[in-house]
Amino acid sequence: MNARHIGFGVLVLLAIALPFFGAYPVFVMQVLCFALFASAFNLLLGFAGLLSFGHAAFLGSAAYCTGYALRELGWPTEAGLLLGVVAAGALGFVIGSLAIRRSGIYFAMITLALAQMLYFIFLQAPFTHGEDGLQGIPRGHLLGVISLENDLALYYLVLAIFVGAYLLIERIVHSPFGQLLLAVRDNEARAVSLGYAADRIKLLAFVLSAALAGLAGALKALVLGFASLTDAHWSTSGLVILMVLVGGVGSLLGPLVGALIIVGLENKIGDIGAALAEMTGISWFSGLGEAVTIVTGLIFVVCVMAFRRGVIGEWTAWLQRRRGGLPS
Amino acid sequence: MTTVFGVPVAALAAQLLLGLVNGSFYALLSLGLAVIFGLLNIINFSHGALYMMGAMLAWIGSEYFGLGYWPMLILAPLLVGIFGILFERLLLRHLYGLDHLYGLLLTFGATLLIEGTFRSFYGVSGQPYPVPELLRGSADLGFMVLPIYRAWVVAVSLGVCLATWFVIERTSLGARLRAGTENAPLTKAFGINVPRMITLTYGFGVALAALAGVLAAPVLQVQPLMGSNLIIVVFAVVVIGGMGSIAGSIATGLLLGVVEGLTRVFYPQASSTVVFVVMAIVLLVRPAGLFGREQ
Repeated sequence: MNARHIGFGVLVLLAIALPFFGAYPVFVMQVLCFALFASAFNLLLGFAGLLSFGHAAFLGSAAYCTGYALRELGWPTEAGLLLGVVAAGALGFVIGSLAIRRSGIYFAMITLALAQMLYFIFLQAPFTHGEDGLQGIPRGHLLGVISLENDLALYYLVLAIFVGAYLLIERIVHSPFGQLLLAVRDNEARAVSLGYAADRIKLLAFVLSAALAGLAGALKALVLGFASLTDAHWSTSGLVILMVLVGGVGSLLGPLVGALIIVGLENKIGDIGAALAEMTGISWFSGLGEAVTIVTGLIFVVCVMAFRRGVIGEWTAWLQRRRGGLPS
Repeated sequence: MTTVFGVPVAALAAQLLLGLVNGSFYALLSLGLAVIFGLLNIINFSHGALYMMGAMLAWIGSEYFGLGYWPMLILAPLLVGIFGILFERLLLRHLYGLDHLYGLLLTFGATLLIEGTFRSFYGVSGQPYPVPELLRGSADLGFMVLPIYRAWVVAVSLGVCLATWFVIERTSLGARLRAGTENAPLTKAFGINVPRMITLTYGFGVALAALAGVLAAPVLQVQPLMGSNLIIVVFAVVVIGGMGSIAGSIATGLLLGVVEGLTRVFYPQASSTVVFVVMAIVLLVRPAGLFGREQ
């Protein structure tokens, strides 16, 4: 408990200092957006036990709504972000109400199918500009004063929002409602028999997770200046699952670590491939940059087969072993 | 020209036939998913990728080995079936004791691996695959022109589906399979080799997917991403039908193909989303699915 607080504090301090050590703010902001996205997803999978295979729908629709409000309607930045969050939350209510009618594997298939439906709608709707995406989204001003076109200003805004959202998730997980989530996850029939409305609890968790994923999408649109179909594609839903799996399902810091690893890997994979080609002399590695899907798939398979606890999970287990306690 | 609701009958019939063709692919794929799910309790995400593999193998066979449509119609499902058996033996088997969602995640990872590999070799552009000599041309039925190959696809799919249904519901082999689905430990206690049955079932299920792929090769463009959108539609079909009944998943597949074809006539914009809309309605009205049982 304490160690995690200290760990998170150190991470925040590190993030505040990062731009002064030559880190590229846009890259770190991208990591933060995906870390938030993964944390939102983990709230659902790790604490409510619901595997959504359609979370890209919330990321994508929030990105489109925020982008549309800022670019076409000329809304102030704060209102644009809020619209994205509200839209994703409302969508989460609709998709969640349908999906919680089934459980387990069916739940995953339903969320995937509904997200795909939304993808096709985005593909055809005029306001998304189809394959081109919504480009040139202005960042605007914070409170009408501070220009966010400055990367550093935007960086601290994104960092502040991220920290706020992370603390909110932590609060949710440790609240009585969080305990109820765990109860429903571990034994739904028992929770129902104790008088709790399991469906309402699951739906609320789903809406919260969708809204937070929407916040990530809205921020992402602001940071990168565009919203595209990729944000809403099923491969993005798969990517966020992978992030949480790599970092550690059900741990609060896991999604952060997972997002850093996966986003970093996606950005650097060309370089890694080139280095591997030089080291081993096998020229095939130099084409690794184009083969992101293969690498992602491989990590997926390895994680599911041999590394199910993720980085944070393995680390906690190692600490426990060292203390001589029983691994949980 | 005769019209129905302002649409020429010939156009309507053509779209209906196309719907039936798509419906037979849905039926073959959802049948395979249902059979695998029954015994393994795992939803095989890589079904779409293996369907693509079937089509790609047919194309590779004719491009590099001079093997035409007919040998590949047998060979491609066989090869993909062997691939599936190896996959089950080496990887999937180790996840049976865990939450069933891990099976979904593993097969999702395998999908990315398979698709990525084919894409790095063959790119994303579609490869044309000719209709076999014997099935070219079309028959004039008076009210519509019937392309022979499309009729063939529907006939073969229906035949294979019915044969599968017969084997599972009416033979002693099928009885063992159903016993394994109902209660695996008890079936094992009666001396039936359930693990081997699981392996063979998985192999058979993915072979069905590959068969659908070979059948699809001359109608659709053969390309590495052809399976990924299809599998999501098939998931919706499976949710609509419920995986409890073999005949149910065949019927649902065909039915939704036809619904999709009709939508293409009357409201083309919705043709890619109509299956999902039907799924949402079914979830509201009958959450267990048309043929499903509440657990």
